[in-house]
Amino acid sequence: MAMTQTISPARSAPAAEAAVPALDLDNVTCTFRTPGAKASYTAVKEATLRIADGEFVSVVGPTGCGKSTLLNVSAGLLQPSSGTVRVYGEELVGMNRKAGYMFQAESLMPWRSALDNVVVGLEYQGVPRAEAEARGQDWLKRVGLGAHGHRYPHQMSGGMRKRAALAQTLIMNPRIILMDEPFSALDIQTRQLMENELLDIWSADRKSVLFITHDLEEAIALSDRVVVLSAGPGTHPIGEFVIDLPRPRDVSEIRLTPQFVQLHDQIWHTMKEEVLKGYVQSQNK
Amino acid sequence: MSKVRTSSGGIAGMPSAVLQIPILAVLIGSWYGLTETNVLPKFFFGEPFKVFGVIWAWFLSGEIFPHLGVTLLETVLAFLFGSGLGLAVGLWLALSPTASRLADPYIKAANAMPRVVLAPIFAVWFGLGVWSKVALGVTLVFFIVFFNVYQGIREVSPVLLANARVLGANAAQLLRTVYLPSATSWVFSSLHTSVGMAFVGAVVGEYLGSSRGVGYLILQAEGVFDINTVFAGMLVLTAFALVLDQVVAIVEKRLLVWRPTHGETEKM
Repeated sequence: MAMTQTISPARSAPAAEAAVPALDLDNVTCTFRTPGAKASYTAVKEATLRIADGEFVSVVGPTGCGKSTLLNVSAGLLQPSSGTVRVYGEELVGMNRKAGYMFQAESLMPWRSALDNVVVGLEYQGVPRAEAEARGQDWLKRVGLGAHGHRYPHQMSGGMRKRAALAQTLIMNPRIILMDEPFSALDIQTRQLMENELLDIWSADRKSVLFITHDLEEAIALSDRVVVLSAGPGTHPIGEFVIDLPRPRDVSEIRLTPQFVQLHDQIWHTMKEEVLKGYVQSQNK
Repeated sequence: MSKVRTSSGGIAGMPSAVLQIPILAVLIGSWYGLTETNVLPKFFFGEPFKVFGVIWAWFLSGEIFPHLGVTLLETVLAFLFGSGLGLAVGLWLALSPTASRLADPYIKAANAMPRVVLAPIFAVWFGLGVWSKVALGVTLVFFIVFFNVYQGIREVSPVLLANARVLGANAAQLLRTVYLPSATSWVFSSLHTSVGMAFVGAVVGEYLGSSRGVGYLILQAEGVFDINTVFAGMLVLTAFALVLDQVVAIVEKRLLVWRPTHGETEKM
């Protein structure tokens, strides 16, 4: 299924199989038992997903298909019912210390200012206050919030809060970044700005990214590879597409190129059936 | 417990005080008029000017200050012990499902009981001094703070918790940076009610048996049917409660700067 027409000049095609993958979900199944109910719910079934070091992978799928479950498993917040998770070859036990996680919902502490929120991870590590603040200020500048460190979350716009959350995640310098529809609550203009900024920051030191979204255009514009998930329950990857659009990319312009449109058509073709299935299921619930 | 406050009055944007003071004047005027004309007997309803005379004499001679001081001390101690205890127990029960399950019926029973009936027992246990009133105040404050904290902790956003864990928080750090701030914000949001309850505990305790305090003054006056002094005591207590409420409002504003207020705009 992989498309190999052109190879982007910036880097060679991701060698997912050759090197030790940054993140390796092997045959992961997650079954939830609802208290009170007899039946259990299998959100993710026998899912296998590999992310190479430095690769930007997006996962798309219909709503309610267990995308977030995959991320929670990768972060170590959730133990899979069966299957293994490996991080740089080592089996994951407890929390994934190499990963940062950007949540879909608001994750800033409302009683802390932007700066105090950004440095909270350093605080946990016991970094001295002065050093933590200096690094926090630096990160605030990088995400364009240099002058707003004193603001509390409720005094910031949705976009500013997402920037602060991004800084909060990236200040820990994680090798893997897990992102759960981080920009889905933003308006389209702010969203494209944030996407471009994310690509800028990412291209500076090429971390491995697992990006979850329901927006196919966003997935194609950002990633090296797009993985399509089936409709839940029992979600698993059903298709994989290498995105060989040249980098650096401008997410608002790249959408108009014929290559992009062609990729979009191809992936959508695979996705469409699952989206319809997911829609029918959500109606029958 | 959030109150919507409007700083300027509705009628043509006049300051509220301009409209509120006449209402007070009308109230006192009709009190005076009804008692002077003996529509209401003076013996039961007092005479406003004599009441003010008693208050004036209290403050002029300084006689009232030790009593006010005792009542205030009782209120503050009851508030501190009550909310400290409520915070600790609330945290503990919210974080330990087993303890919570075991304690549940007892908490419910203790809360359902009219706790003012404990006052005589506290008087026996702790004597007629400050501590029996503090104990009564504590039982009143404790439950307000406890229920707020308990609820608050159980409703801490799971995303905040997950985020803190991903950022590397251990159990102690999670408690310090997520649970505690979240719980204290709930304590502060119940501040008006709990300070009010501490005050009620102090005054009711004094009224039921004491040797000092504003409640004691009222009790003494009532014993000799000096209705004017009873009213004077009530007015002093009311004024005092209003001052306490203002202090709480100022403290609250300081401590909860991070909390969104409705319709807040920032001046450029």
